[in-house]
Amino acid sequence: MIAFDWQYAWRVLPELGRGLVVTIEATVLGMLLAVSFGLALALMRRAQSRIIAWPAAAFVEFVRSTPLLVQLYFLFYVLPDAGLRMSPLATGVLALGLHYATYCSEVYRAGLEGIPKEQWEAATALNLGPWRTMVAVILPQAIPPVIPALGNYLIAMFKDTPLLSAITVLEMLQRAKIVSAESFRYVEPLTIVGLAFLLVSLIAAIPVRRLERNLRTPGA
Amino acid sequence: MLSLEFIPSLLKGLEVTVLLTAAGALASVPMALAAALAKMSGYRLLRWIASTYVEVFRGTSALVQLFWFYFVLPLMGLRLEAFTVGVIVLALNTGAYGAEVVRGAVTAVPRSQREAALALNFSPRQTMWRIILPQALQAILPPAGNLMIELLKNTALVSFITITDLTFSAQILRAETLRTGEIFGAVLLMYFAVALAITACVRGLERWLARRHGSVAA
Repeated sequence: MIAFDWQYAWRVLPELGRGLVVTIEATVLGMLLAVSFGLALALMRRAQSRIIAWPAAAFVEFVRSTPLLVQLYFLFYVLPDAGLRMSPLATGVLALGLHYATYCSEVYRAGLEGIPKEQWEAATALNLGPWRTMVAVILPQAIPPVIPALGNYLIAMFKDTPLLSAITVLEMLQRAKIVSAESFRYVEPLTIVGLAFLLVSLIAAIPVRRLERNLRTPGA
Repeated sequence: MLSLEFIPSLLKGLEVTVLLTAAGALASVPMALAAALAKMSGYRLLRWIASTYVEVFRGTSALVQLFWFYFVLPLMGLRLEAFTVGVIVLALNTGAYGAEVVRGAVTAVPRSQREAALALNFSPRQTMWRIILPQALQAILPPAGNLMIELLKNTALVSFITITDLTFSAQILRAETLRTGEIFGAVLLMYFAVALAITACVRGLERWLARRHGSVAA
């Protein structure tokens, strides 16, 4: 059995903490992109015109079925060739956002399908335009029930951020690898990173579960 | 001009990826079943062990799990090949998510089925294996298909521990040829093709099961 060096663990903690900040930054920015672009995808898939609906559906299916890591590499290497220079963190946020937008779009779709037809009919009867129907009538009813599902994807995205280490983003895992390589001690940094993920995910799951419970109580 | 000379070396990597997916999927089934049954067991210790396993593997990052097993197990005197570590971590990770799928499906089987089995004097083991699980299987298959696709996507992570899977082969080729767009484009299409094949297989299984058992009356 190997010993856990507490002193060493204590020493590397601040460096890993700085990595956690980057990790959370990437998660928050990625999620902002995912929830907004995901909604756009969901609305596009419902469009009458096939020229709009079909590409959105193909994009969702394709991105959802291929590894985020390969998408990251693709963006990281191909965007500069196309003349678009972005920092590694920005590229990472873009990849996370696009990948999870496809998951979010499915969540929104479920929410939109849950709206009774009468709501649309009532909006037509009240002479509301398509935009006002969506923004003022449909979305305010469709989005709140799916917030817990979006929360679960937020946690999932958080757990995918270590992939950003592949494109040199100094997030938690990358910093753990660097300090480990310097000292040849892998146990402490990797264990701390694992525990940090567990801790943040478990804490983040509490409000999500509470929201789920509240939604299930009738009359809420 | 799109050149295709890099396709054969990518196909070799694809073989490893498919092998990893298949091995991981096979190994994750007993993990998921064992963890789900343990979580529903009457023994508190078993329940506790299963919940800890599920929470730890669902609560941490798959890549961190992979590094931990790859770097820390040898220090404990356990030397394993990278491929074995990859399969173990993928199976443990998928099994943890699968356990929740199995548990959900088993609890969804109507209570009256258990009562009927009890009335017919079935043992608890017989009830589980001959009455409950066969009915739960229909509810397990669709989410299990999704988990298989997640597993396929997670196999890309093993490129970090020097396994020459599809993603790793692409990295080598990129360094050699710098034809980044074509290589990674082809790689994405290959993953997509495997995912479509998995979906088709699961759909086929679902239809076969439905024909064999009929839909379960509520």
